[in-house]
This record gives sequence, structure tokens and C-alpha cells, in this order.
Amino acid sequence: MIISQQKPFEEILGIIGEKNKVFIIGCGLCATHCQSGGEEQVLEMKGRLLREGKDVTGHVVIEAVCHILNSKKEFRAKKAELKNTEVILVMACGAGVQTVSELQKIQVVGALDTLFLGNVKRFGQFEERCSLCGECLLNKTGGICPVTTCSKGLLNGPCGGMSDGKCEVDPERDCGWVKIYERLEQLGQLEDLEEIFAPKDFSKGTKPAALVVERQEVKK
Amino acid sequence: MSFQQRLEKKEFTITAEIGPPKGTDVSEMLKNAQRLKGRVHAVNVTDNQSAVMRLSSLASCHMLVEMGIEPIFQITCRDRNRLALQSDLLSAHALGIRNVLTLTGDHTQVGDHPQAKPVFDVDSTHLLQIIQKLNEGRDLSTQFMNKKLSDGTVLKGKTQLFPGAVVCPEANPLKPQLLRFSKKVTAGAKFFQTQAVYDYEKFKEFMKKARELNTKVLAGILLLRSPGMAKYLNKNVPGITVPDVLIKEMESSSQPLKAGVKIAARQIKQMQEICDGVHIMAIGLEDKVLDILDEAGM
Repeated sequence: MIISQQKPFEEILGIIGEKNKVFIIGCGLCATHCQSGGEEQVLEMKGRLLREGKDVTGHVVIEAVCHILNSKKEFRAKKAELKNTEVILVMACGAGVQTVSELQKIQVVGALDTLFLGNVKRFGQFEERCSLCGECLLNKTGGICPVTTCSKGLLNGPCGGMSDGKCEVDPERDCGWVKIYERLEQLGQLEDLEEIFAPKDFSKGTKPAALVVERQEVKK
Repeated sequence: MSFQQRLEKKEFTITAEIGPPKGTDVSEMLKNAQRLKGRVHAVNVTDNQSAVMRLSSLASCHMLVEMGIEPIFQITCRDRNRLALQSDLLSAHALGIRNVLTLTGDHTQVGDHPQAKPVFDVDSTHLLQIIQKLNEGRDLSTQFMNKKLSDGTVLKGKTQLFPGAVVCPEANPLKPQLLRFSKKVTAGAKFFQTQAVYDYEKFKEFMKKARELNTKVLAGILLLRSPGMAKYLNKNVPGITVPDVLIKEMESSSQPLKAGVKIAARQIKQMQEICDGVHIMAIGLEDKVLDILDEAGM
């Protein structure tokens, strides 16, 4: 899931500036789980804006704002409110904000900072395990990603900054390479690590990435 | 005899290091280098050490060459992608530099520009492979075509670099570090300069592994200035453990720095029996390197 966090309210207010009529969009998926842009946070935002003297023209929590076609349908249903709006405040990840800026000719303000692709450890606790690097190495590293769990993204073992199994960047953080080593040792697969992994092919992560999956392939 | 020749002829080899200034005034650095001339066999120049921005290692190494001092060019993967690394290695060769010490580099977040983008395009193992390629007269340019270290473009003039690497013999846990150590040997490291070593018995064990891999090892000797510094190292520097007995030795001395010099000299003598040389680090007290060497009778 995409982990996001609300920007400070004062910052949001500053960007809205003198404009008065605000429409709020929340996201029913990731931002709901992160408690940064779900129904509850949208209503809370509405209350705060009203207290600041803003006119909230409407609000909606779209199932997944990143889904451009679905969002387009939702906007059609809110046509009247949007017509009367000066600023759309989007409480969704960066992808969601850009769905809205693609579909609407009104100023769009993002209310969140998008942090990372995260695993949910328990409610409200998220951890990054995958960097979406475009070339997965997990099959060679015991199912633990060195690109993400090593703060330097090293491919061939721990650096000299490792101390008692922890990372030089943060002594609270486990060294990814010690984790990988221990897991492969436990699995009796240390030979997987003998190969020198070639430098990463960063052309596979060139931005902006795009992928078209043929319909037939999906059916299979 | 060059640094490389000494190691190949199994002569005990001594190196020390200097750090470039933060600024353009190189006088103190060059004074330190001049002091070391003739007393050590090569001088390392650090590369934005501890992720703190300084004058470049490459330029400093070139100044040493002009002074008739053989440099060891330290180069990290933190600040350069594979284009810049190769370009600097070609430049090093053209400037008369031959010895290169490859390092991953401390993370930008522990340095003085924590907001900087850390590069780490390749790691130190890859950097050794890159030097191997450049020495063969080819670059890394067709890397992307077939996912392996492929042939690359033929260079107009190849490098003759002598690649080395670092290892941390007292890392805890040690086994993952040893894995990386053997990968570095496979990737072409001809010599290793180690993190500071204090546990002689542990180091002897490590040397058995090094001998199996048939590589040269210069043991890191870090001058202890005071008991406080020793305690600081134990608490804050990964892979360094100063034993209590050494801390006590310094505490019981009225001149702790002198005691530190004695300890370092003693360590050097011990190392003569088990490894190929020593790398003396006297961060900020480069003049003491000479005292250590005098004390050790070198």
C-alpha cells in the first residue's frame, strides 16, 4: 500500500490562500488505511476549513483516486458542486492528486505527502520493504530486498558501517545484509550469495514508467 | 620500489593517510605529506571522509605525485555514478596515480550534507570490477545489453591501476563481512587495508582466511590519543573494539598520547609476523606517525 501522511494544516491553508470555495476529495484505499485521507479525515478537514471561514462546496471519498476512469465517473456525479469550486483539496497520494489535475480545470491542492510503498505491520505502523526498482532480486536474496533494506542499496554484502547487526544510518535499524545472510544460512542456501550480483540496471527504473498489459494476457 | 612491487616482493609495507582540507588552503596537508615522505611507502588520501565535503582526493593525489610521494587514491561510490567513477579513474591514471583504494563510502546522512542524494549506483565490489575492465582497456558501456559485465567499448589508452579494498576484520557478525571480503578478492582486489585492529588473536584468525584467498593485507593501526578516545571508538565506531587492557594501559600512564604511540608501535611489530604491512591512521596527528615508526624501529 502507498503510505502517506497529512501535511501541516497551516501549510495547506497557505496554499489555498485567498480562495474560498473548497471541494475535498478523499481516497477509500491507501489513504484510508493510513488515516491520512479517509472519510474521517475528510470530515475533520472540512470542519477545520469551515472554522477558518472557508466555504466547503462538497466532499467525496473515491474508492481509489488513482483509478482515472472511476474517478471521472465520480466527478460527473459531483458536477454541480465542482462547478461552484475554486480549489480541489485532494487527500490522496501523489498519484491520486494527478488523477484530479488531469480531469479538472480547477486548481488542485495536495493535502498529503506520499512516503513509500509500505507493508502494514500492525494498525498504523508501516514499513518499507519494496522500492519498486523494476528488476526484482528477491529470488536471489532469500526473499529480503537489499535495494530497500540496505540504506545504501548495496548488492554484494554489508558495508563497513554495520555494527552488531545494525545500520550506520540508524542504530535502531537492522542491517539488511545481515538479515539476508542469516536467512540464507538458516535455509542452507548460502551458495546463492557467492555470485557477484552485477550493477543494477537503472534503465529499468526510468521515469515516468508505463506498462500496457494486453487484455488477452489478463484473461489467461 | 613501488607500493605494488613491495607487496609483490613480500616486503613489509607501511602506509599512512592524510585528509584534504575543507577549503583551498592545502599547505597543512602538503606539510603533513612532506613529513611522511621517505618514511612510509605510500600515502592514502581520503575521499570526502565521513561524508564530509572536502577538497578532492584526486587533486590531492596528483599533488603528492608531483612531490615524489606515491599516493593511494581513495574513491567512494557515494558521490559518483558509474560514468563519473570511470572518468575519475581514467583521470587518475593520466595524472600518474596508480594505487586505488575502493570504498563504498559512509552514507550522506552521517556527514555534513545529510540532505544530499546518496549515489551508490554501484558498490565497491563493482568498482573493483570496473578497474579490472579499465586495466584491460575497456569500459563498462555495454553493461546494459546482456546483464553481465560484458566487453564494453575499447579505450584509447588503458589504465594501469593497482586496485585495493577495505575489510573490517573485527566486524560483528563477521561472516557476512567475510563473504564480502572474498567477493572483493574475486572482483580483483590485490591488497586490503583494514579497519583498525586491536584484537590480535581475532586478527590472526582473519589472516588465515586472507591467506586462503591469497591476497595482501595491511593491518589498520589507529593511534589512540587518550583513554577517552578509546572509549569513544568502542561506543561509536562500527567494527572497532579497543580491549580494556589497552584502555587501562593508557589510564595508568601520565602521558596517554605517549602510551598510545607505544601501543601502536608494539602492534606494528606484532603485525610483522602475520600480515603484509600496516596502514597507520593518526587522524589529525600526522606528525605522530613518525614517532610511532621511530618507536617501532622502522
